Amino acid sequence: MEGIYAFCVGMLTACGIFLTLRGRTFSVVLGLTMLSYAVNLFLFASGRLAIDSAVILGESEIYADPLPQALVLTAIVIGFAMTAFVVILAMRARADLGNDHVDGKDPDEVAASMTLNKKGEIN
Amino acid sequence: MNTLLWLPLLPLLGSLVPLLTARYNRNVCTLFTAILPFIALLLVAEMTPDVLNGENHYAAAQWIPLLNLNIAFRLDGLSLLFSILILGIGLLVILYARYYLSPKDSIGKFYSFLMLFMFAMLGVALSDNLLQMWMFWELTSISSFLLISFWGHKSEARKGARMALTITGAGGLCLLAGIIILGNIVDSYSLQVILDSGDFIRAHSAYPVILVLFLLGAFTKSAQFPFHFWLPHAMAAPTPVSAYLHSATMVKAGIFLMARMHPVLADTELWFLIVSLTGLSTLLLGAYIALFKHDLKGLLAYSTISHLGLITLLLGLDTRLSTVAALFHIINHATFKASLFMAAGIIDHETGSRDMRQLNGLWKYMPHTATLAMVAASSMAGVPLLNGFLSKEMFFTETLHQAALGSLSWMIPVLATVGAVFAVAYSMRFVHDVFFNGEPINLPKTPHEAPRYMRVPVEILVALCLLVGIFPGFIIGDLLYAASLAAINGPVPEYSLSIWHGFNYPLLMSFVATAGGLVIYYFRQHLFAFQANFSEPDAKQIFDNIVKNIIKRSTTLFNFLENGSLQRYNYLLISLAAIMMAAPLMDLSTTLGVRPELPYNIVDVTAAVLLVIGALTTAICHRHRMLALISLSIVGFVVSLAFARFSAPDLALTQLSVEVVTAVLLMLSLFFLPQRAQKQSNPRRLIRDLGISAVVGGLIGTICYAILTRPLTSISDFFIANSKTGGGGTNVVNVILVDFRGFDTLGEITVLGIAALGIYKLIARMKLFMPSSDYKGRPWSNDGHPMMLAVLSQSLLPIALLVSAFIFFRGHNMPGGGFIAGLITSVAIIQQYIAHGVDWMKHRVKVDYQILIGSGIAIAALTGVGSWAFDKPFLTSWFDYFYWPVVGKFELASAMIFDLGVYLTVIGATMLILANLGKLTTSERPIQKEEE
Repeated sequence: MEGIYAFCVGMLTACGIFLTLRGRTFSVVLGLTMLSYAVNLFLFASGRLAIDSAVILGESEIYADPLPQALVLTAIVIGFAMTAFVVILAMRARADLGNDHVDGKDPDEVAASMTLNKKGEIN
Repeated sequence: MNTLLWLPLLPLLGSLVPLLTARYNRNVCTLFTAILPFIALLLVAEMTPDVLNGENHYAAAQWIPLLNLNIAFRLDGLSLLFSILILGIGLLVILYARYYLSPKDSIGKFYSFLMLFMFAMLGVALSDNLLQMWMFWELTSISSFLLISFWGHKSEARKGARMALTITGAGGLCLLAGIIILGNIVDSYSLQVILDSGDFIRAHSAYPVILVLFLLGAFTKSAQFPFHFWLPHAMAAPTPVSAYLHSATMVKAGIFLMARMHPVLADTELWFLIVSLTGLSTLLLGAYIALFKHDLKGLLAYSTISHLGLITLLLGLDTRLSTVAALFHIINHATFKASLFMAAGIIDHETGSRDMRQLNGLWKYMPHTATLAMVAASSMAGVPLLNGFLSKEMFFTETLHQAALGSLSWMIPVLATVGAVFAVAYSMRFVHDVFFNGEPINLPKTPHEAPRYMRVPVEILVALCLLVGIFPGFIIGDLLYAASLAAINGPVPEYSLSIWHGFNYPLLMSFVATAGGLVIYYFRQHLFAFQANFSEPDAKQIFDNIVKNIIKRSTTLFNFLENGSLQRYNYLLISLAAIMMAAPLMDLSTTLGVRPELPYNIVDVTAAVLLVIGALTTAICHRHRMLALISLSIVGFVVSLAFARFSAPDLALTQLSVEVVTAVLLMLSLFFLPQRAQKQSNPRRLIRDLGISAVVGGLIGTICYAILTRPLTSISDFFIANSKTGGGGTNVVNVILVDFRGFDTLGEITVLGIAALGIYKLIARMKLFMPSSDYKGRPWSNDGHPMMLAVLSQSLLPIALLVSAFIFFRGHNMPGGGFIAGLITSVAIIQQYIAHGVDWMKHRVKVDYQILIGSGIAIAALTGVGSWAFDKPFLTSWFDYFYWPVVGKFELASAMIFDLGVYLTVIGATMLILANLGKLTTSERPIQKEEE
């Protein structure tokens, strides 16, 4: 079970990082969300995996580690706030800059305007 | 308050006095400025007898004990000597500057900088803590920068100031490095501790590094070859500054450091070699160049360099007595050089020129100043009956007694004599060229004698030269002994301070030097002609080129690193993180630990496969945004299942409700972002990104696996044991959130609130493209609010609210709590927005979400503050059990009020974000067609 879990965390990290390296804001937002899944699962793993031992006193014999759970719970909520902030930032950037590239400049448009300039010089 | 603390404090206060009194006339300003340093000098005088009797004064106060950094001052012989020099000459300079500065100069500003420097320099001399000494050390560099650039309208003043600051500042950084290494070895920055562990430090393997770093600091500050070039350029400063900083005090700071650290760092081959050779070359170079300088201050500057070299050489010799000679020469040099600078300033002031080719025959015009200057210059040359002669004799004696260079040691006295020959020659030039040698040529002003009180400081200093020269033991003996005692930190060898030691080698050397100097001066024209063959290297030009080069390279590096591409920064950051993660993993011999693994079944595998498919689909199809979003939701769903499976019901509930909110949010944002699928990245970038993602994913997976298979030691047993008895709840996760770690949670909901407000501000006045159709040209559906959904969601609302209330109230003992209940409530309200639209909701829900956030945080914080009323620390919780008929036994806890704050904040934040974003879709604005 631990192997499967670790593999999934690694997979989510890899996909998340790949997405954050993309050039368009929406992909980056997807990537950040994916990365926060990975991070939450990773943090949760520091309390080790346990089955049928929720930390409700009196409900079971052994208990899972409650501390990572408490930390991850707030992390999930804060993660949502961060995702929301980044999404709105992306929209605002699109609204103010006219494109959705992370650098605020659309490389295609930049390339296009550069060729135009060159032509202008030749003419 | 300890008297000693007042010593540095008085000049510090004194730096404000001139600024306050500058508006009155100059005499008032001068008088008031002089009062505080004068009091400080009296305090020194009061403490002098104790110090001379061997009782040092100490004053200390705690500052940053964790860094071993305390405010600590000490007054021993060495610091007493320097304090007297700093305060005494400082007072004379204040008087002198009153007449030197022209009415156009702001005298208040000048005095203020001067007092700041005095404060810094006293701090260096008195510090009993090396780190603290370093801070004062740097402050002297800064205040010297301010003073050199006092005439900031002159380009040479600005350049000279920058050069001085760069060189001495760089040396200061080396010194800091040396101090920190030393402090780490000894585990203290206290001077006494360090002085007492000299043997230990010299035997330590880091000793050569420490020594070189300390010497770099000292050599740059004291203008030793090859760092000497800043001092002549610092002569752009007003002459009082040159007299004070660049002859008597600041340039002696490096010497002071060497004397202070002498018991710790000296007495090794390395020390003798570096220090004596540096001193010797500086001595010769300075003396030689001084002869050829036509500028009066240039001559004095190079002469200062030469004398500093002489003192350094003395400190580098391996006889104990050489340290005494060095200290003696510090005093003598300060007196005659300061007076010579002042005399040069008077000449400059009264004739308008400092060029010795113009200045001739001034004896007739200013006999008084000429006499004073001639006495001081004779002292510089080493003429008997003057103090310069005595220390020079001592210097010669020590060069004869050393064995620093083994069988080549004979060269030192010979070269020392050569240096002295040039010293006589340039002193002769200073006297003969300026005061005799024909008539003045083309002077801008007709020379005349300086004002009466401008000469007083020179008179006092020259009188000291004579007094010390004639009655050395009486005037200076005790002070010199006390200073030597402190610098040697052990028994002081026998020495005698008298004018006549009989016919011996040192006297012969003096005689040779005087005769040789006169001969050289007589044939100077030939030497000048010879020297004219060499083009003088322009230190300023070389320095400027180096600085320009460095700036160019940094710009290249900067442009390489910061090219404006966010993707590139991200890539570099992640790569660096990968390297940092990989390195420690290499040390881990096996990934697999000893903890037994849990068994897995078909459901687990199915969920994992689902998660992997979802993640891969999101990554591969990220350009098809809708598809990517749906796959991402699958991942989120599996993650919440994983939480449920691995005994974290609270997390599962939270993740599930956050998932809903996130999906709605991202759907809304898709409406406003470009619809069309974007172009694929170029293949090279794709390969690069895939590579780094795989590497980091693999690393994280490995670490995760390594953690999971190792046994756990956790502090959680405490929480489990105290949850019921101390927090009154059986759901430990919730008790941790609202009780044990309540302060964290308070911080977190504050962050949540701030994020929501930030988003609110970002949304406000956002001008969005409103697409009227999708990218294929299909128009958006007109059926805004389908009847079925509206009816269904409306009837679901009370149930949803009931569920959230239930989840909230049971949270303390069963899975649930404020976070989850808040999210469920939000989801219920959002559903109404989706089903009915913003306009419909606006008339029915009249809650200001900003106020909701504010009151949520306020309730949580006030719950914490409330415990103060019961004399308990912030956020102490309280609970008890009550019995009501019908209801039965139930529990009330202050933590539940706190949880209510969490609940309200979560609802407020979520709704503020989504409702405002949703509003944009329906607000009336001209519909623009995107990318027609």
